[in-house]
Parts: sequence; C-alpha cells; structure tokens
Amino acid sequence: MGTDDSELLAEFVVESQEHLGDVETQLLTLESQGDAMDVALVNTVFRAVHSIKGAAGFLGLETLQGVAHRAEEILNKLRNRELSPTSLVINTLLKATDCLKDLLSSIENSNNQDTSALLHELELILSGDTPAAVPASDDSKGSKSDNGLSNEALREFLVESYDNIDQLERDLLALESDPTSESLVNGVFRSIHTIKGTAGFLGFGKLERITHVAENMLGDVRAGSLTMCPEIGSGLFSAIDAVKELLQAIENTGTEGDCDCESLAGALATLHQILMPFDVPSVEKRPKAKPENSPTAKKTPAAKTASKSSPPAKKARPAKAVKTTSSKVSLLASSNTTTALDANFDNAVLEVSSTFVEEPAVSQIAQATPAISTAMLETSSQNATLAPSSAPRSANAKTAEVSAADSSIRVDVALLDKLMTCVGELVLARNQILQFSSCSVESELHRTSQRLNLITSELQESVMKTRMQPIGNVWSKFPRLVRDLATICEKQVRIEMEGKETELDKTIIEAIKDPLTHLVRNTVDHGIERPEVRVANGKDAEGCLTLRAYHEGGRVNIEICDDGAGINIERVKNKALERGLMTQEQVARLSDRDAGNLIFLPGFSTAEKVSNVSGRGVGMDVVKTNIEKIGGTVDLQSQPGSGTVIRIKIPLTLAIIPALIVTCDENRYAIPQVNLLELVRLDGEQMRTGIEWIQSAPVYRLRGQLLPLVYLRDQLKIENKANSDALNIVVLRADDRQFGLVVDRINDSEEIVVKPLSKQLKNVPVYSGTTIMGDGRVALILDVLGLAHASSVISAGADRRVNESSDKSINIAEDRQTLLVVGVGANHRFAVPISQVTRLEKLEASKLEYAESQEVIQYRGEILPLLRMIDVLGCAPAHESDSDMLEVLVYIEQGRSVGIIVDKIIDIVQARLDKEAKSHTVGIVTSTVLQNHVTDVVDLPAILRQFDPDGSRFRLVN
Amino acid sequence: MATPTRQLSSFYLDNQIFGVDAHTVQEVIRYQEMTHVPLTADCISGLINLRGQIVTAIDLRKRLGMGPRPTDKRPMNVVIRTDEGAVSFLVDQIGEVIDVSADSFESPPETLRGASRDLVDGAYKLDKQLLLVLNTKEAIQVPVAI
Repeated sequence: MGTDDSELLAEFVVESQEHLGDVETQLLTLESQGDAMDVALVNTVFRAVHSIKGAAGFLGLETLQGVAHRAEEILNKLRNRELSPTSLVINTLLKATDCLKDLLSSIENSNNQDTSALLHELELILSGDTPAAVPASDDSKGSKSDNGLSNEALREFLVESYDNIDQLERDLLALESDPTSESLVNGVFRSIHTIKGTAGFLGFGKLERITHVAENMLGDVRAGSLTMCPEIGSGLFSAIDAVKELLQAIENTGTEGDCDCESLAGALATLHQILMPFDVPSVEKRPKAKPENSPTAKKTPAAKTASKSSPPAKKARPAKAVKTTSSKVSLLASSNTTTALDANFDNAVLEVSSTFVEEPAVSQIAQATPAISTAMLETSSQNATLAPSSAPRSANAKTAEVSAADSSIRVDVALLDKLMTCVGELVLARNQILQFSSCSVESELHRTSQRLNLITSELQESVMKTRMQPIGNVWSKFPRLVRDLATICEKQVRIEMEGKETELDKTIIEAIKDPLTHLVRNTVDHGIERPEVRVANGKDAEGCLTLRAYHEGGRVNIEICDDGAGINIERVKNKALERGLMTQEQVARLSDRDAGNLIFLPGFSTAEKVSNVSGRGVGMDVVKTNIEKIGGTVDLQSQPGSGTVIRIKIPLTLAIIPALIVTCDENRYAIPQVNLLELVRLDGEQMRTGIEWIQSAPVYRLRGQLLPLVYLRDQLKIENKANSDALNIVVLRADDRQFGLVVDRINDSEEIVVKPLSKQLKNVPVYSGTTIMGDGRVALILDVLGLAHASSVISAGADRRVNESSDKSINIAEDRQTLLVVGVGANHRFAVPISQVTRLEKLEASKLEYAESQEVIQYRGEILPLLRMIDVLGCAPAHESDSDMLEVLVYIEQGRSVGIIVDKIIDIVQARLDKEAKSHTVGIVTSTVLQNHVTDVVDLPAILRQFDPDGSRFRLVN
Repeated sequence: MATPTRQLSSFYLDNQIFGVDAHTVQEVIRYQEMTHVPLTADCISGLINLRGQIVTAIDLRKRLGMGPRPTDKRPMNVVIRTDEGAVSFLVDQIGEVIDVSADSFESPPETLRGASRDLVDGAYKLDKQLLLVLNTKEAIQVPVAI
C-alpha cells in the first residue's frame, strides 16, 4: 500500500470507529424501544454500517466487509419489520460491532482474522432459525446475565439509571402539579421504560419487575384511562425508592440483593386495580400476563386462532377488546362498552379475564391480518394513529439526549481535584516567575512570563469552571423532600425555584447541601402554617416556599423564602430567656431583626414537641456554623404573619481566592478580598492628627464616620515598632461591621491558593488558612471575622447581636443626618435636615410682592409664599443687611410650598441628633452644638403646619 | 523464637538519643526558612513549604521542655507522616536507623515527670545508652497558646 492508501486507511479507521461508537448506544435504544422502535434510528444505524461496509469493500478489507454486510442485512430486516429488536438480535448486532471494532484496531491484518463463528450467528438470525425469530427475551436475558457483565457496562447502566431516576423524580413532581401534561407523562414513562429495558437486558429481574408495574400504571395514565392523583404519585415514588435501593444494591454487590420487591409490586398492582374501576381485570392481568406473555402469546398459532375465533364466538369479547385498547387514545366513546359492561358486568369481567392473555396480541395480529372483524379493525386503526404520534416523539427525545451526551464526558471528581491542585501549584509557580522576571532586564523573559501569566489565568479559570455546578443539583432533591414533608405535616406546600442555573464550586455545593436541607425542612415544618390556619388568615391554603439564587459582587446569595407565619418574636425572646441564653436586659434591648436571628443560637429551639421532621441532629446553630465555615453569612428576616426570608451569602469558590497581601513584622499575611472595603494611607501630619482616641480605643474619621482601629501587631502580640513613616489602614467588613486594620505595609493583591490550617493551628481564631507566596514562603491567611471577634469589634457568641456598642453603632448610622446650617438674625443659628430642603435660592429683594398681606415672590412661574425665619423663631433681627439678595430655602410638600427667608447660609455638616433632648418650641426638634455654636434643629413640615394648619395659605398657585 | 524487632529512626536532642518508628518518617531535610506563626505555642517554630505541601515545624527541644539549642547550631527537620498530615520535628542532629528488639524495651520509670512523661513511650536499652521512644501522637498535640 502506498502512503495515500495508508492515509486513507487511517481515515477510514477513525471514521468507522466514530460510527461504531454511536451505533452501540443506538442499538441499545432500539432494544429498549422494543416493538415500538424508531425506524429512523434503525436507518441511522443501517447507514453507519453500510458506509463501513462500502469503504471496507473499496479498501479490500474483505473480512470487515463480510461482517458489516451481514449486520447490514439484519438491520435491513429490522427496518422492514421482518425482525423485531429483541435482546438476542441486538446482542448479536452488538457482537458484530465489537468484532468490527477489533478488526479496525488491527486493520493491517484484519483479513487474516477468523470471524466465521460470528458470521454463523448472524446467518442464523437472518435465516430466522434461531429463537431470535420468536421474541424470546427471557431466554436471552438469562444467558446474558450468565455471561457476566462487564464492569463498565454495569457502571454505565448505574450512572444512566441514577440520572434517569433524578429526571423521573423531577418529572413526577411536575406531573403532580400538572396532571394533564402529556409531555410530562411521556417523560416519566420514558424514564421508567428505559430503566426497565436496560434492567431486563442486564438480567435484573426485580428491577425489571418493579419498573414494569410502574410502567403499566403510567401507561394507563398516558392513555388517559387513569387520572394522575396523589395516590398514584405516592405509589410511583415508592417504586422509585425501591428502584434506588435496588440500584444501590447493584452498585455495592453487583446483584440485586434480597430486597423484597414482590410485595411492593403487588401493592402497586392492587392500587392500579382499585383506581381502574372499568378495567379491573386488565390490571390484575397485566403484571402477571407479561412473563408468560412475551414468549408464548405473540405469534403462537394458539393465540392466533383464539383471537381469530373470538369475534364471531361472542359479541361481548371484541367489544371489550376495543374498549381496552381504545382507552389508550380515549377516543372511542365508552358508551357502548360501558353499557355492555353494566349490563353484564360480572360476566364480562370473567370473560375478559379469560381472553385477556390475547389482548396484547390483538393489535399485532390485527396489523398483520387485516380482515378479521370490524371491531378489531377499529382497534388497529386506533393503534395505528397512536403509534406514530408517540413513538417518534420519544425517539426524538432519545436522539437529543444522545447528542447531548456526545458533547460532554463524565470525569472522575478525584481527577478534577488533582487537576485543581496542579493548577494551584502552577499559579504559585507563575507568581514566582512573575516576581523573578520583574527583577530581570531580559525582555525575552518578560514576554514569556507575560504569556505564561495569561495562559495560567485562562487555565485556572477553565479548571474552576469544570468544578462549577449549578445549584439546581442540590435543589433537585428538594421538591421531593418538600412533598414528603408536607404530607407528614399535613400541609400544602408548593416549591418554587429561581436561579437554578447559578453556579458554585463543587466543594461549596457539598458544604451547603446539609444546611440548605435543614433550612428547607425547617421552613416546611415551622414556617408554613396548616391549610386551615392559612385560609383563616386569608391566605392560599397552599404555602409557597421559594428558593432563589443569584450572583452578587463575587458572591452567591441564596434565599429561602416562605409566605408562612413568620417568626413569633415574643416566643423566641421568651425561649431565649427560658433557656438562659440571654438576660432579661439583653432581650429587652433586642431589635426584632436581631431577635429573629436568635434562632441561630446554639441550644435554641422553640419546638414544643420534637417532631420527626425537625430536630434530627443539625440545629440552626450548626447551619450557621457550617455556612460561616465556608466564609458565608446567614441572615434571617421575618415579617410576622407574612413570612420569613433566610438569606445566605457564600463565596463562589474556596480553592483560589483573590487576596490582599500585607506585611506585619516582616511576615506576610493574606486578607481575603471579599472582606476588603478600601485602603487608607496616612502619612506626615495626618499620621499624628488622623487617629483619635475614645478612652483606650483608637478611631479614625472615615468620611465623617468613626472607624474603630485594630492594630495587627497588637492582635498578633508582636512588639510595636518605634517609628514608621506612614500608617496603613485596611478597611474591612466583618458581619456588617466595619473596622480598620493597621498594618506595617500593604503589598499587593494576588490570587492565592488556599490551603487548610494544620491541626496545631486550627484553634487560633485569627487564621483561616495558609498559602504559599510567589517566593515559596508560607503566608497565613487572616480570618477577618475571627480578627474582629478577637479584637472585640464584634463580640463573640450569644452576645454578638446584643452588644451595646454595636447597637450604638447602628444608631449612629441611623441618627446621623446631614444638616444645613443657616444664620438668622444677629447671632442665631439653626439647622435644617438637608432632606427637607428642596432647593436653595438667591432671590432679589426688590421682587418681593404682597398677596392678601402675605409676602410672596414670583418663582419659576409660580407664586411662592414667603416666611421670614426671624418671625418664626422670634429672634432679634440682625443689623440691616445691605444686600438686596434674599437667601431662600424652598420647601415643597404635597402641592404646597413655602420659601423661608434666612440671613446667611453657613455650612452643611453631618451630625448625630440626640432624640432625648426634645425641645418644647413648636417647629424645633432639638438643640445641639454644631461647630461650637448652639444650633436649633428645625422641622420645616412642622413650621408649615403651624403657620398654615388647613393648607390654604401656602397652596401652590400656578 | 526470635524476638520481634522494631526499626527506629534515631535523632539527637541535647546529646540524648531519641527514636521514632522508621516507617512513619517521610523524609529528613536540613533546616528550612520558615514562616513564624504568632499567637501559637512557643514550640511551634513555623510553617515550611515542602514542595507545595505546608508543614508545621515543631521544635522538639521546646516541646520536651529542654533548654534552648545553641545558637550556632541549625536544627534538622524530621518530617513525620501522621493522620492529620505531615508534621516536621526540629531536632539537633540525625542518627542512624536502628533495629531494636522488644526484649530490650522498658517503660519509663514513675519518677519521670514533666512534659516527657506523656511524650516518651519508654526506652530501649542500647549498649552504651538509652534510646527514648518518642510518642509522636502526643508530640503533635500542641497545647493552645495563652
């Protein structure tokens, strides 16, 4: 062979291998579809094998061609429905593909291989001499399982089945809320059917049995003769559970174990029976009929004659036969059949049950032999219309799945973890190189290291992505959980999810699984009320639990909302007292929001009785600890009567995080960027004046607000350095509080790879991990929350939310107001909250006019009534001002406006108002000292009301 | 009947010979730059980057309550595998791997007091001196700093 030939050959091998890869799955699909196989799919397989055959012939690969040819012929027969895709047929075809693969892998001497045994088998199938002509699925099953399964096939089956089960649960839940959805029923049916098919193929009898019963029931639901109801749902769920158990057993032991499925199958069948009033016998029959059915009934002469002879023999029988099949399309009016049944119910039942064995055969025979009875014809036509509508749909869905599977592969998580570690090391090496190259003058090195930098970042990002999983993966378990819980608690709960696709690192997904489950469980158990209570409160009987996830500022927010009763704040407070978690005094000081968060305290429970739903180990405090462990926060907000929102904020990933590197005593420390707000540097004069002291606590005025300062040296018990030229403050946030961390030097921000603390260091609260810096040295990662606790910025444990100083700091923030300070009269100052002033204007004094003895001015096309502040406050007038401009504060409120004339605008300041020192003068809120002057704070709305109680005087006139 | 033997990696602390089970020793390396960890017990010397693995170094002299090492002597690292990851013991000097037989073993005398009480499993009577067996499990349980 020349080079061209060998290239051709190589191409052929690659192409054929690709073809065969698809063929395998397609064959399995065909098998699971059984007689309802998708002809289009057969065609696909046919084409693939055909092109292999053609190319093999062209390249002179006779052995290959021979095998492909026989396989193609069988496929042709399948296509023409001369053969049905029984396990044996598919098995043989699979053997053929295996053989083709073998031949392809050693293509050079493929012509010397002996394939006669396989060819013989293929011939047997073609000639129809083997049991393959008879759909002897049971036999082949037996032989297959005896052959022993390859581990890989088994694994694949398990993985696939678990996927199917997940899908199944989701669909089934959706189906319960939307019982008429055809696509959902079909989806559920398909999933069950697939499991059943593969289970049968692999020889798992129990699995097949249980899925078969479930499939039967679903078959009737799909046909419309059964309506979806909770009982069916529960039945199917228990079937799913049994399937899961079996799969588990198979996974562990390779066999189905001694799980008792028969009773469940029986129970399900009975349930089916009860629910099908018209079809009593068919229910009873189906499960039983199946085993003996397939080998014998289909085309045995006995069955043929029986069904042929039945129509003339008795009128009732064909009528019944029509009924059972037609019910699938729910088209044929049941009037004639039901009357027949009603008329002679008992009799009909008996008759039908005796003829029922033939029922599945009826349609087939009707197709094959057109001329039987009219009743039969009707049946077949119903079937004919049914078949194309349902079969292609399922087939399409299947192919869609296959193609989706093609574009993704399954990877062992351990491998991803390994990859992640490697990338972590690479990031470190990159950092090192970058540092090295920045000291070097070599431009080539510069360029290369820049490139390395880019590639590493990209690689890091991609690897991170492989570990990202949608949060929906965790949530998918919840509908089932909520459904079951709601049943136990006798509640009606609907679950809604928003942002299912929000992605999180796998480790975080793992870490939040349990806390989330607990929160959801709690919500159903405690949050949502019983239907009667809800209705009494004017709500829907059905409660709604909403799970919401979204990205926000590099973090993920997860909310668990319910529209339930909310938290009974008083009860929570009382419980906290009762359990001695807090003192009376502390409780009294609690805000409602803080009180709600008491439920996160260790040892807290309001449950009067321990139900089997809640109190299964993890308490809310564990939820909180677990979430804080991964750097997250939990917050609870409750509106009594209308619901509770629990908000969890967690970082996207834990493995590699951006961090700020700071130096303290020649050691570097990393501060996670998520905690970082800003950096402040004080040097020169500022260094001495910037820091103020409240007793022993240093503070810094950051835009007018006092920021408590924490010296890292103090915290780490490192001696203070004598003098430095600047003061570096890292402004951090911990648990909604801000504080400034004073460090020796701020280096840089860097991506760091987080490594856990060794056991010896775990009990030091100010560290959260370690990392390796660019130069190979180890640096500690500071735990900002721990640091805040250690430095009492926030106080630990139960006291955290009731700490007095922290309460004050909230109040400070709330009471701080921006005030406009103005001068009136000789030496009077007053201040107006800037929020009350709509505009500041300078107006010409000469423009003053009078309307009904009221000073007014034309202002923006309106007549603006004016008040002189001197009159309002009754203070001494200033010496006549020579200015002919008036300073006017314009205040507008709901259609009325007033201009207040003052003498001088002095300043805008921020100040905290002391609410206690109330003034008795109307219109004056309080008196305070601003910029060393006593200043009255006035309330413009109050003044307006005082001078114009009925709202007529200052009405806005256009 | 042959008496069961035990292979111990030996090292010296203040001229006293100690041993740990040879199979628990991951490697022995010379002194490394390390990162000091504030707020931890005195005996924790710092953290070492051992080819990407971060290892805590415990100064055995301090752990055992012995006097400080002469400043001109640099310690060696004996890296031990433990259930909680690798830990490095700082020792004065590395000795040989010694085969000892069980019949030469004796438990520490009751008169042994102090930190060594929990940290020394017992002694093997060698020809010229006693080889003390370090209880590594205890040795890595470092007390919490003040």
